[in-house]
Amino acid sequence: MEKRCLDSQVKGVSTGTTILAAVFDGGVVIGSDSRASIGGEYVSSKTINKVIQVHDRIFCCMAGSLADAQAVIKAAKFHLSFHSVQMESPPLVIAAASVLKELCYKNKEELQAGFMTAGWDRKKGPQVYVVSLGGMLISQPVTIGGSGSTYIYGYVDAKYKPNMSKDECLQFATNALALAMGRDNVSGGVAHLVVITETGVEHVVVPGDKLPKFHDE
Amino acid sequence: MALSNILETPAAGFNFDNVVRNAALEGLLEEQPPKPLKTGTTIAGLIFKDGVVLGADTRATSSEVVADKMCAKIHYIAPNIYCCGAGTAADTEKTTELLSSNLTIFSLNSGRNPRMVMAVNILQDMLYRYHGNIGANLILGGVDCTGNHLYTVGPWGSVNKVPYLAMGSGDLAALGILEDRFKHDLELEEAKELVRAAIHAGIMCDLGSGNNIDICVITRKGVDYIRPYQESAYKDTRKIKYKYRPGTTPVLTQKVVPLKLEVVQETVQQMDTA
Repeated sequence: MEKRCLDSQVKGVSTGTTILAAVFDGGVVIGSDSRASIGGEYVSSKTINKVIQVHDRIFCCMAGSLADAQAVIKAAKFHLSFHSVQMESPPLVIAAASVLKELCYKNKEELQAGFMTAGWDRKKGPQVYVVSLGGMLISQPVTIGGSGSTYIYGYVDAKYKPNMSKDECLQFATNALALAMGRDNVSGGVAHLVVITETGVEHVVVPGDKLPKFHDE
Repeated sequence: MALSNILETPAAGFNFDNVVRNAALEGLLEEQPPKPLKTGTTIAGLIFKDGVVLGADTRATSSEVVADKMCAKIHYIAPNIYCCGAGTAADTEKTTELLSSNLTIFSLNSGRNPRMVMAVNILQDMLYRYHGNIGANLILGGVDCTGNHLYTVGPWGSVNKVPYLAMGSGDLAALGILEDRFKHDLELEEAKELVRAAIHAGIMCDLGSGNNIDICVITRKGVDYIRPYQESAYKDTRKIKYKYRPGTTPVLTQKVVPLKLEVVQETVQQMDTA
């Protein structure tokens, strides 16, 4: 295993990835690819799950070192659940994002993981937050991350509109992921998408061969 | 939490003490820090209709010499959970022993059989705390009340749940066989044959793997640990005997010196047999 991770910056299994989240009218869509690689040359898993549920209506997407990301999410789940019990109410999306931010910022020397948090709460409705590698927390209506995101900034800037319908937003997210997976070698596999609204959570999995194809494929 | 560890539970959150210690040591040592010896291995596992099949080769190498021709790479964790280990032999051995002890204590304290997810979580926490310095690549397979499960845990603490898997230096060869022939809900004999073929490919195509193949089948009914499942086709026969009869070496002279022992002190302690 060691022979494969000599070149990469990330030690161990990396999620070199494409992740995105977008707000639509009444909810959010959060999604990712499903490839995990070691050293940028060996695909260690074709079907890894990068979209993790941290609370009933809050999901997180991870990028960076898989081990670090999984460890941080575990700690975050615990803190969030404890916070929720103390407050006797479901946590706000910003609370989840802040928990991740605290962990990433306080341990920035040792950790190599970034996150995207998306969810729905009663106070502010659907929201998307990004916690970057060093622990910066910002809120955006649409956000993309991971190594594959560089290939779709243009697409997202051009195609995202606020207050889309659920189906429009799902199509937008699927297209964006497909485009990124088509150009980035460390992103691939299936597209995992989760739609979060006030009423519930819906998982959509688009297998590789059912992804939208573009002109040169 | 209190049920699973009898030792002091570490403080909540991350503990990076060893990073500081390692950095300090690296500063002191002039040359490169010593690298632990890795043993080449092929291990594989898959989920079939009634449970999980795990397989491993049995060669342990020490650089270019085969140190152990019949080493056991499938470790016992719990009556319903077994673990194959690749990487540094000492690390996989001790990690699995530690996990097994903790799970036994948990079982006794809580009166419940351990679940796979618990074993995986304990391993993940421990390996993550050591930041890849424990060189253990593990395949955990088991059957519990929630079903049949197969997990992989990497040395840095990453976890992945999969239906079939191969690890070790021979993993690419074994994975080729598994990718080609794996199907969900295989029958027992097909599953055993597929794992055997995967390990066999690893043995043939990797220098660090070899000798015999061990298979472990875990189902709701119990565990069948077949060791060895397939013996190596390249066993040699010894040409001469290495055992010598008593009297082979002639005795030329004999001198007997009795040791004189004297009693220096005698104490008597009454035993309470009430």
